Amino acid sequence: MKPAIEIRDLEKRYGELRALAGVSLAIGEGEFFGLLGPNGAGKTTLISIVAGLARASAGTVAVMGADVITEYARARRMLGVVPQELVFDPFFTVRETLRFQSGYYGIRGNDAWIDEVMHHLDLTAKADANMRALSGGMKRRVLVAQALVHKPPVIVLDEPTAGVDVELRQGLWQFVRRLNRDGHTVVLTTHYLEEAEALCARIAMLKAGRIVALDSTRNLLESFSGLLLRLGLESGELPEALAGRVLEREGARVTLRLDNHAELEGVLAGLRQAGVVINEFDLQPPALEEVFLRLMERP
Amino acid sequence: MASFETLLYKELLRFWRVGVQTVGAPVLTALLYLLVFSHALEARVTVYEGVAYSAFLAPGLVMMSVLQNSFANSASSLIQSKVTGNLVFVLLAPITYVQFFLAYVLASMVRGLVVGLGVLLTCFVFVELRLEAPLWAFAFALLGSAILGALGLVAGILAEKFDQIAAFQNFIILPLTFLSGVFYSIHSLPGVWQTLSRANPFFYMIDGFRYGFFGVSDVHPAVSLAAVGLSFLVLSAATLLLLRSGHKLRG
Repeated sequence: MKPAIEIRDLEKRYGELRALAGVSLAIGEGEFFGLLGPNGAGKTTLISIVAGLARASAGTVAVMGADVITEYARARRMLGVVPQELVFDPFFTVRETLRFQSGYYGIRGNDAWIDEVMHHLDLTAKADANMRALSGGMKRRVLVAQALVHKPPVIVLDEPTAGVDVELRQGLWQFVRRLNRDGHTVVLTTHYLEEAEALCARIAMLKAGRIVALDSTRNLLESFSGLLLRLGLESGELPEALAGRVLEREGARVTLRLDNHAELEGVLAGLRQAGVVINEFDLQPPALEEVFLRLMERP
Repeated sequence: MASFETLLYKELLRFWRVGVQTVGAPVLTALLYLLVFSHALEARVTVYEGVAYSAFLAPGLVMMSVLQNSFANSASSLIQSKVTGNLVFVLLAPITYVQFFLAYVLASMVRGLVVGLGVLLTCFVFVELRLEAPLWAFAFALLGSAILGALGLVAGILAEKFDQIAAFQNFIILPLTFLSGVFYSIHSLPGVWQTLSRANPFFYMIDGFRYGFFGVSDVHPAVSLAAVGLSFLVLSAATLLLLRSGHKLRG
């Protein structure tokens, strides 16, 4: 697996604060990679250094083999970044914005590709509208389009769906999935864990500037997370032996944690012996959120 | 090369789109200065023999407009992009710091010179003006606008919000322009102020520019040109170093 992004021993200090405390990570070409972590974990700092927006205190980053400092021009051509903030230049229209962005990358006469990108992002009708006149969702689409004008092999999306309505979110993911199928490497940071779970094949979890988990999404789900068993109790009391498994209790509804499917039989037997009658039963598969919370709770 | 041209074009379009505010307003301001000051002082002040005060004042106002608007262009463009965050689009792209410098400074020069031309043409309507050595005048306008464009860039890099730009403008640029001999000849000042004025690079810009009109100046234009040229080189080097370091632009 040739790395699209290769990060080695990356550190970033802001005075006393260590935003990144030695991160090493290789993201392969063609991967759909997720970068998760709570606020302040260092996700955006990491992306900023990859994009050349911030400088590392120590360590190196290469994009498609180009060092982001010594070969910054090549590295930046390889990379398309959708920033987290909804930023735009109020002086220009959508088309002008995209033409300028192409020009910054040294590309002239890019209209055919610009039209195609606008078409896929449903922006064609707004091509000549001023950026100021667009809704938040539309501005977000323009940001995505801007990141794609130079056809970068590596695309980084920093929280692209924060504050975006469901319809756009679906459309956006469809488009990004397509880009990934076409061979683009996609790196995503998000707060929506179900999104990362559905999209990313591999995930790194950051906490306080360090990687605390790095594995395929499937392995992470299997190794860290249990099952959630939700029950509605018609009559009877939960036996003492199951008290340790209770995650949540709301009246007659109770949520129990199981480590795996094999434990289900024992739990049900315990309930039967205690004479508990159940009127609701729901077994949920492991969720990334569980993995995430468990990792973040660790000291 | 296309990156640089695009950034330059974008910067030019930015001020041109709001031309009433960026070109029209400063021309009107200069016209008001001209009318008020020449009305108040015409009969009382003679700076150069055979030159009416309004004629003396006009080149000073033209140059003042060039300088202030060159500064305003790069400073406000950069701080606006920083505050709104859209500078990220330029920072993400493979644009070198030299290209960045040249695009912002050239766009500022164009804005300064366009405003200056507007003020000059307006002055021609109200004042009898002659241009004895237009090439000298042009050289000083070019260098002066370049210096202030670079200075605006420095202010834009260092500032984090709009009021800091305003402070830079009000406490540095404005005093230096007003004390440079826009409204008077430094020969009319008491000794110590004359000496101080000679340490002000703006004085050489205005004095040299005025030489282009009357063929008379407080200091020989070659000396002024050297002083202004040197200021430009030193300032450019400092600005380029600042840009290369990424100070306050790349965290």
